[in-house]
Amino acid sequence: MENGDVPALPRGVRLHFDAVRDTWVLLAPERAVTLDGIGHAILNVVDGTRSFGDITQLLAEKFNAPVDQIAQDSAGFLDALRNRRFLDVKA
Amino acid sequence: MTAPPPIAMLAELTHRCPLSCPYCSNPVEMARLDQELDTETWARVFREAAELGVLQLHLSGGEPASRRDLETLVKAARDAGLYTNLITSGIGLTEKRLAALDAAGLDHVQLSLQGTNPEMADEIGGYKGGFQRKMQVAEWIGKIGFPLTLNAVLHRRNLHQLPRALEMAVEMGARRIEVATVQFHGWALKNRDAFMPTREQAAEATRIVVEARKALKGTLVVDYVPADYHDDYPKKCMGGWGTSGLNVAPDGLVLPCHAAQTITHLEFERVQDKPLAEIWYEGAAFNAYRGTEWMADPCKTCERKTLDFGGCRCQAMAILGDASATDPVCVKSPHHGALQAQANTHAAQTDAPLVYRSQPKKLAETVD
Repeated sequence: MENGDVPALPRGVRLHFDAVRDTWVLLAPERAVTLDGIGHAILNVVDGTRSFGDITQLLAEKFNAPVDQIAQDSAGFLDALRNRRFLDVKA
Repeated sequence: MTAPPPIAMLAELTHRCPLSCPYCSNPVEMARLDQELDTETWARVFREAAELGVLQLHLSGGEPASRRDLETLVKAARDAGLYTNLITSGIGLTEKRLAALDAAGLDHVQLSLQGTNPEMADEIGGYKGGFQRKMQVAEWIGKIGFPLTLNAVLHRRNLHQLPRALEMAVEMGARRIEVATVQFHGWALKNRDAFMPTREQAAEATRIVVEARKALKGTLVVDYVPADYHDDYPKKCMGGWGTSGLNVAPDGLVLPCHAAQTITHLEFERVQDKPLAEIWYEGAAFNAYRGTEWMADPCKTCERKTLDFGGCRCQAMAILGDASATDPVCVKSPHHGALQAQANTHAAQTDAPLVYRSQPKKLAETVD
């Protein structure tokens, strides 16, 4: 994931609050991925217009953490979703 | 044990279907049209499922498009907060109906593939013109933009078409393909001679899948259900009995899996009589093989017992007549060798005819 890449949730993939298990999940075709606080925070700012660079900057400020660390964690998470076709990425 | 809430529910809206695939997973005794749950009851069941913790709803059949109220049912499921997946052959869907399903909020379509050309697909489905129609439906699905999974059902007759099926999935813009080797339940059990892959075919399919996963990474997700009898370890059927999924049959019977009615000593309950949560947590059928307490050796003392939960209960029943036995696919089962030999014998029956599934009777008084 490069700083200029723009990630977006494709049609059929959406955030959902699972009230029974008291957790956020990502619903995708025939799959449900349980999200931890970080995963939810990342996807919450993925809106199809913000770049990866914008997203990591935003999260670094929000969590008061080094942007490099945030970028590394977010890239791993988003790449895994991309490989499962749960995330589109525009260059 | 305390069961977790279920994640997925398979709603078999009807057993009616224009196709008559010889590997149909519907029970050999099918629910009649006049026994099918009505729209209101399904809508209530969807709400109960969501409250119970179900996230994924698979609308299946038979052919779910045979239900005239499919669009209403999709809307009811979305209103309940469920992710809606339509499992279809495509037959019965028009461009107009797909637009209505889109408006109703349908999330995803899983389209079945009986073969990669009309000769194969129409023979297996027992429906002339089915392949051409399906290709038309796939085009409409792409035009609307529904996320698509292609479900290629493979067996000895068509395993050589796997490379083409992968290409077709990419051409259709599918995000995922399910490479599903026929599992021998329901009607497929009658067709083992016709459908059992050879060991070589099973190994070749695995090789192609591994290669395709590498080549198509980021483009197409390849999920794989390998040939069953040739494996050394059984599948973790349903993710463990009564653990993650449940099935509601057209007549309202709630089943731990689609084949559970073959375990004849189990008693099933109906959504018309009891809340879904009570059936899931307290129903005798759901508790029969939950966890590991029911196991005997070799499962009981096996280090894999929480990996595969002893495999498939329905398979143990079908092959050994004992639903609490170790799935005979398992290399640790005393019956493993016999099953492998049986598989090779089935695979060698080159002239076996196809036994097509029949259609459910329409009314109670119909004598057929």
